[in-house]
Amino acid sequence: MEHITTPKVENVKLLDRYTNRKAANGTLYLTATHLIYVDASSEVRKETWILHHHIASVEKLPLTTAGCPLLIHCKNFHVAHFVIGQERDCHEVYTSLLKLSQPVKPEELYAFSYNPKMSKDNREIGWKLIDLKVDYQRMGIPNDYWEITDVNKDYEVCNTYPPEIVVPRAANKATVIGSSRFRSRGRIPVLSYLYKENNAAICRCSQPLSGFSARCLEDEQMLQAIREANPGCAFMYVVDTRPKLNAMANRAAGKGYENEDNYDNIRFKFIGIENIHVMRNSLQKLLEVCETKSPSMSDFLTGLENSGWLRHIKAVMDAGVFLAKAVKDENASVLVHCSDGWDRTAQVCSLASLLLDPFYRTFKGFMVLIEKEWIAMGHKFSHRCGHLDGDPKEVSPVFTQFIECVWQLMQQFPCTFEFNERFLLEIHDHVYSCQFGNFLGTCHKEREDLKIFEKTHSLWPFLLQKKQELRNPLYKGFTAYKELQPNTLPFSFQFWCGMYNRFDKGMHPKQCVLDHLLSCMSQKMKLEDNASELENKLPFLDGPLPSEACSLSKVGSAASKTPMLNTPQDYEGEPPPVLTNGISVGNIDVMSDVDQKNKENLCNHQDLHDLNDTNVLDSEAREGEPQCH
Amino acid sequence: MEFSELIKTATVESVLLSCAGLPPVRGTLCITSHHLLLSSCPGGDGQPGTVELWLLIRNVDAVEKRVQNLGWYQPPRTNDSPRDTRLAGSSGTITLRCKDLKVLQLEIPGMEECLNIASSIEALSSVDSVMMMYPFFYRPQDLRLEEGWHLFPLEQYFQQIAAQTSQWRLSDLNRDFTTCPTYPADVIVPAAVSDDTLRRAARFRQGGRFPVLSYYHPRNGTVMLRSSQPLTGPNRKRCPEDEVLLGTVLDEGERGFIIDTRSAQAAKQARMTGGGTEPKSSYPQWKRLHRPLERGRPLQESFIKLVEACNDASLSMDRWLSRLESCRWLSHVKAALSTACLAAQCLDREEASVLVHGAEGTDTTLLVTALAQVILDPGCRTVVGFQGLLEREWIEAGHPFHLRCARSAYSHARLKQEAPLFLLFLDCVWQLSRQFPFSLEFGESLLLTLFDNAYASDYGTFLCNNEKERCLCKVKENTHSLWAWLNQPEEKKKYLNPLYSHNPLVIWPSVEPQSIQLWQGLFFRWIRPSQYLDEARAEMQRLVEGNEAPAKESAGSRLSRSLSDPAARTENER
Repeated sequence: MEHITTPKVENVKLLDRYTNRKAANGTLYLTATHLIYVDASSEVRKETWILHHHIASVEKLPLTTAGCPLLIHCKNFHVAHFVIGQERDCHEVYTSLLKLSQPVKPEELYAFSYNPKMSKDNREIGWKLIDLKVDYQRMGIPNDYWEITDVNKDYEVCNTYPPEIVVPRAANKATVIGSSRFRSRGRIPVLSYLYKENNAAICRCSQPLSGFSARCLEDEQMLQAIREANPGCAFMYVVDTRPKLNAMANRAAGKGYENEDNYDNIRFKFIGIENIHVMRNSLQKLLEVCETKSPSMSDFLTGLENSGWLRHIKAVMDAGVFLAKAVKDENASVLVHCSDGWDRTAQVCSLASLLLDPFYRTFKGFMVLIEKEWIAMGHKFSHRCGHLDGDPKEVSPVFTQFIECVWQLMQQFPCTFEFNERFLLEIHDHVYSCQFGNFLGTCHKEREDLKIFEKTHSLWPFLLQKKQELRNPLYKGFTAYKELQPNTLPFSFQFWCGMYNRFDKGMHPKQCVLDHLLSCMSQKMKLEDNASELENKLPFLDGPLPSEACSLSKVGSAASKTPMLNTPQDYEGEPPPVLTNGISVGNIDVMSDVDQKNKENLCNHQDLHDLNDTNVLDSEAREGEPQCH
Repeated sequence: MEFSELIKTATVESVLLSCAGLPPVRGTLCITSHHLLLSSCPGGDGQPGTVELWLLIRNVDAVEKRVQNLGWYQPPRTNDSPRDTRLAGSSGTITLRCKDLKVLQLEIPGMEECLNIASSIEALSSVDSVMMMYPFFYRPQDLRLEEGWHLFPLEQYFQQIAAQTSQWRLSDLNRDFTTCPTYPADVIVPAAVSDDTLRRAARFRQGGRFPVLSYYHPRNGTVMLRSSQPLTGPNRKRCPEDEVLLGTVLDEGERGFIIDTRSAQAAKQARMTGGGTEPKSSYPQWKRLHRPLERGRPLQESFIKLVEACNDASLSMDRWLSRLESCRWLSHVKAALSTACLAAQCLDREEASVLVHGAEGTDTTLLVTALAQVILDPGCRTVVGFQGLLEREWIEAGHPFHLRCARSAYSHARLKQEAPLFLLFLDCVWQLSRQFPFSLEFGESLLLTLFDNAYASDYGTFLCNNEKERCLCKVKENTHSLWAWLNQPEEKKKYLNPLYSHNPLVIWPSVEPQSIQLWQGLFFRWIRPSQYLDEARAEMQRLVEGNEAPAKESAGSRLSRSLSDPAARTENER
């Protein structure tokens, strides 16, 4: 709170980037967690909420006659352009936001103050919702070839790996320790996914410290053990996801890649996915294109091409497809690494699992996948997402790219995912929101040190409660599709307007098929529910879940097929002399879905104290309320 | 001319047909006057084989042949190798690129047969005489010839207007097509203007296409007119009758907009060749807006380049995006939608009447007026209403289908007057259907069928360039109407949008580049696997209809169905 000098500024305009509508006029509030803008000019109270943690940058633009412009870019690609009457006010808001959006100490993160008034038990149950051991069991591990070992329980092998890892039974402790000395940051080869049908495994690690000629017997034994854990195939792939040039350059620093001559029966392959810096710049260029005001078609397509973004998405997808094919079609195990094995490796391994195993395409499975391949294996969310004031060169949209790959798959296989696009967006929002503990820190050890599991809440139970609105109405069930073989020709990749221009509602289809189908579905389910009322009285299996009926009615009301009012945009290119653009409420709504929920929450929050634990859990799932209301 | 003269080899055995996404089939190839058939090899018990391909030869856009004379490379001669095995070992491959963008390959044993087949297909597919085309021979059993031809009389459209205002009348001054050879017999004109005045005004407009009513906006009584360019010429000629005609449309003090689909520069240049545009001084109440839209050769080339890029599987992401950009097709879609929206905005928001024209008034003009009506008028968004719109604003309005759709994107023939304006219109309607998924009664499948039929059809609906030619060729007497076929209940069901619910409002689309997508269902129809998308569509239908039994669509069934659908095509070829 000490950062907030001016909690309320009146006479603030919010500009709409894409139309020449009269700017809204209203009041801006700063709370401990959010910036809130209340539009006073329209009849219906309209609010825009921006979480401080979502703010990527704040810019003060040169003074204009209308006032002092303040441009805010958010990590969820929301762009808000305010004009504040007084320069002094603007400056104070600006300085406050700079500090609020870049906390220095982890304890300042939202998750540590977020209090949904949930019982301690429920909070703990929430953290136990995802158990990776269960997923290994699902793969049949432990078995004759693989075991779950606690060799890393004191983080002696690798401090960025979790305490429990899956390694070949044939690899004894000496092999593991030896191999860890030969791998960058001790990130030894461990199992990521076992394809039960043929015993082919996907394993992951970091680059070897091979330099130009170094060898390590234990590391060679380790790879041999992995290969021999799949007796159906005489060779294994070792995939370096970096461009060959980058990998070669690393040799000079004593790192590098596996020499095929030193390892028995490996097939070594480079898959050129660019590094985090290239990806960061690519996204930057993409966002510039998305933000251009009224670009021509050529400007847009040229910008899209020059950003390279879809090229990188395709590269990640191609790599995932390669892995899945090797496992499924060639019965071969694959060992994947990049440099440290926590960025590209995480993308590629999780994507391959998603292609091979329909479980990961369910709600629960997708959560497991993120917990396993990203959180547990030490993807540095804190650095990549810039949770704290830190090195901007560490920030990179690696996880965003993975989420986009999943979305691209959804476009090609509309019936194969249990969840819909909104689920992806929710997860993406919360990776940056720091409201839940899951994505804080950089690795398991750090999360333990931060006491995440004692002090914060897990995201997953909150998402499961919203299952009804996040589900895919076209999902044909767990058994309808097994492996996916996506088309990776360039045309199969589309620009994801729903992510990068998500807050420019005017660009999206004016009628929402998803809402309509969800309401069809909820109606149908209501009927079925009535029919099987008795069965419904049985307790839920998945921990604390809300009553289905409650969420259903919410979806039902939100999803209406009534054609919404629609106003023409400016088709002239410049403000026409006589043509006016009427504004209509309900058409362009700058609030995100999350913000909508906040608003609901704001109205409801008086009642919350009276509710019992389980109900509180349900209402609070919508998002936290600001602290100063 | 006899078709038989063009057929040098009528049947070839053991031809291998292959086509992207389907397993190849071997069978007997047979050429008839209008069709190419391939039936797979019959079983031993004398059973006829299944027909695997039933292709209208008119659908063939380009024929490419490659002969492999296996004997050409002479193996070291041994004394007992007979010379004549050489020819028997030869074979050829014919690639047929169709107007609906499908690509087929035929592997034909025997070089001579291959060459004969290729040249027969080439000759038969380029028969230019309308009366020789298949619609004049096609006689399906369950349709009557006259059905569907008079579904949308202009009289009926006029009556709707007459019920609201008496300012317009139906004139038959063009009944013998002398005033304007490309207009239909009946046109809707201001009630206060006499036929004589109209005739004089017609002389001042290119091709006699004087301003006529295209759309009456019932909400506020404004109208959209269309015409061709005025023949202002280098000497800035004026025509009092034309000025009266346009003056009558507006009340005192009212303002109208002229949307010229050429740039100001191009319109000015047109004066050199006798055309031009309405000068402010002569038409003081009309404000001119220039919205250049591409047509003619550049548009056809854009189409060709796009299809080329779509068929090139070797492209990297960057090359693909760069070719998508440089073909400019999506720019044309954006421009057409924007201009139609501008026209609609003038009518609905500004409450001002609009005149749309380019040069001839048969291409971009119709694109804009037809599209604006889909945006404004919920009636045009039903299956039948859309047919009526096509009939009124494209077919009767004199879009030269015969010239524009003679060749599609693959043809190597020298371009004459081909241009895919109608396809551009369908693409824009598809964009609308994507942005307003509940507002159109029909789905993508209707748009695809219309595209296919505009380029090659069993039906006479898209034959000829205008009503005058249709009368001369007796199209309406001697061919079947596409609408009669489409409107059969069983057939119509296939084209319905399961999500449709009547939307009485104007549908204003977004024309931001992020909102405009490449129409994959058309440009990748034969390239991308459709199984998963078909399943999604069936699932959606099931969900909406609450029907428990899932409609199973087998993989690739769409292609094989359209390739081998001899259902209605019995022995009517003569």
